[in-house]
Amino acid sequence: MKRIALLGMPNTGKSTLFNRISGASARVGNWPGITVDLMSAKVLLGGHIAELVDLPGIYDLHGFSEDEQVVRHFLANNPLDLVIVLLNSSQIDRQLSLLLQIKKLNIPMVLALNMSDEAKKAGISIDTDQLAKSLNMPVLQISAKYGEGLPKALQAAAAVINQAHTTSDPAGISLALEEDQKIEKEMESLLARYVHIPSMLSDSTTDKIDKILLHKWLGLPLFFLAMYALFQFIFAAGKPLQDGLAWLLQLLRSDVLEPLFAGSPTWLSGLFLDGIYNGVATVAAFVPIIVLFFLVMSMVEDSGYLSRAAFLMDALMAKMGLDGRGFVMMLMGFGCNVPALMGTRMMRSRPMRLLTMLVIPLSLCSARLQVFIFMITALFTASQAPLVLFALYLMSFVTMFLTALLFQGQFKNKEPFILELPPYRFPTLRQIVLRGWLEVKHFLQRASKFIVIGVVLVWALTNFPSNVAPASAGTYAGQLGALFAPVLDPLGINNQLAIALIFGFVAKEIVVGALAVIYGLQGDALMVQIASQIDWVQAISFMLFALIYTPCLSTIATLRNESKSLSFMWLSLGWSLGLAWLVSFTFYQSARALGF
Amino acid sequence: MRLLSQLAIGEHATIFAIEAEESLYHRLSALGFRVGKTLSVMRRANFNGPLHIRLGTTDVILRDTEAARIHVQNDLLTSQ
Repeated sequence: MKRIALLGMPNTGKSTLFNRISGASARVGNWPGITVDLMSAKVLLGGHIAELVDLPGIYDLHGFSEDEQVVRHFLANNPLDLVIVLLNSSQIDRQLSLLLQIKKLNIPMVLALNMSDEAKKAGISIDTDQLAKSLNMPVLQISAKYGEGLPKALQAAAAVINQAHTTSDPAGISLALEEDQKIEKEMESLLARYVHIPSMLSDSTTDKIDKILLHKWLGLPLFFLAMYALFQFIFAAGKPLQDGLAWLLQLLRSDVLEPLFAGSPTWLSGLFLDGIYNGVATVAAFVPIIVLFFLVMSMVEDSGYLSRAAFLMDALMAKMGLDGRGFVMMLMGFGCNVPALMGTRMMRSRPMRLLTMLVIPLSLCSARLQVFIFMITALFTASQAPLVLFALYLMSFVTMFLTALLFQGQFKNKEPFILELPPYRFPTLRQIVLRGWLEVKHFLQRASKFIVIGVVLVWALTNFPSNVAPASAGTYAGQLGALFAPVLDPLGINNQLAIALIFGFVAKEIVVGALAVIYGLQGDALMVQIASQIDWVQAISFMLFALIYTPCLSTIATLRNESKSLSFMWLSLGWSLGLAWLVSFTFYQSARALGF
Repeated sequence: MRLLSQLAIGEHATIFAIEAEESLYHRLSALGFRVGKTLSVMRRANFNGPLHIRLGTTDVILRDTEAARIHVQNDLLTSQ
């Protein structure tokens, strides 16, 4: 029986070609000289039954990776009637070296150039006739994927087998590869003497932690418990810092800035003190909590726990047409939606990617967190606060799951799910601080740009036209609020909050600053004022709407860029606006109907 | 010969063949799934979730759909 080997670099379509030629007859077998099994198949070629062996893909015949040694040992131990070398036409400049290395071994050869369609598109032209003459072997262009040119290539292979009655000479090849064998031997003896690698390496600490954290029943509750504890910590540690900073900023205004602006015109001191300073200071007071949030999140991210979350959640995610990686992206979205949307690039199936991108904007990002912390601090007691916040996080998950469930039919996919589980690593303090600082810097850059522009705009809208009282119904802001009143009144959202929401469309970082400007107050005074104006039902309705209605302009722009589809962007925007209204409406009206 | 998806938790086996289209094949081999390599099943997530496989020094999680593409044979030395 004749023996043919199929050889090529990784990623050249070798397995595809092998499957196409062999059909269902492939089997796995042992070969002299090597310890791993290779696939082979019996094929009919030019009247002979020949055995086609699929060798591992290698970059270099003289290399020392496991696969390269397997190929060398196979050639040095098994006589061959033909080697079919498969190269990727569009990378022929890089891959031709492998062919020339094998040619030195004097084995009858046929060169098959795969992916000729791709090469043509890239403007690469190959003169196969002249190349064949020069190499002294048949050269054929094929497409393993579509089977084009395959009959011709097999014909050429048959002709070579029938013409040449010579087979390869293993002993000669062995001699030719002697230098490589010497290196292998030396490698082996060095490794055997001085390096110890256990056959199954087990990191016992990681194993012990995994036994608990990946436990069949405890795993998921523990995960949510851990998340809740982290939020508790952020709140508990952040609150005193926030209060201290707010007190300092208030002191700066009353003792330094107000005397400084005492002599300037009213509009200028209004713009600077009630506009920019109030807005920026109110936002700045939340920076400590944001810093803590990022420090904690980056610690969780670097620890290896997120891929465990993917493992625990995958079964549930699969029911919604997503996978565990989608869950990790959702968690990343709790920091900022923009990088989470970009992170979906690792999914190859477009439907799954789009479905994941549709749910990410619903995750409660740090900018929204700041709005919620403000509202919660204003309207709830310290013991209620973490619970309300946790409920909002839960709500965020619920809307994401609901969205995926409803839309999974439109985005069907068969994306494989394979993920590496890194060992647990406790990040060093330096790592945490560095990561946290980078995130905070990014947040502040984004926030400061939006906030200053935003609060100035809000100030202008609430102070013009100048013939009416500031922030009254007669101002542009008041008119704008009245315009949206028919839609937002049924949600319990008053005109002032409505204006803040309109600006929140650009970026959530503006919302709190806008409220400060609209009410002309800062810090505690602002909170007291808002608490006297709305009750807790209205506050929750407002937060639900702010959570769902739309992330921010940058997220929308990212959605557009990443999906490359305007209609997808509109779908996402329309869906979240509609859902936000429905959820708030349902909550507000049923709470009122129940007598709250 | 069995499929990786059919192994019980705690079982050790050797990869015998991988039956996958090119892109999946390369992802699997990049994570260490190669013919002749030994692996063990660490655990399975609840509700028929993914498998947690250990291959030498690498831990990988994958779904049944992908695990069913990997043929294994029992490792006589290490299986209990």
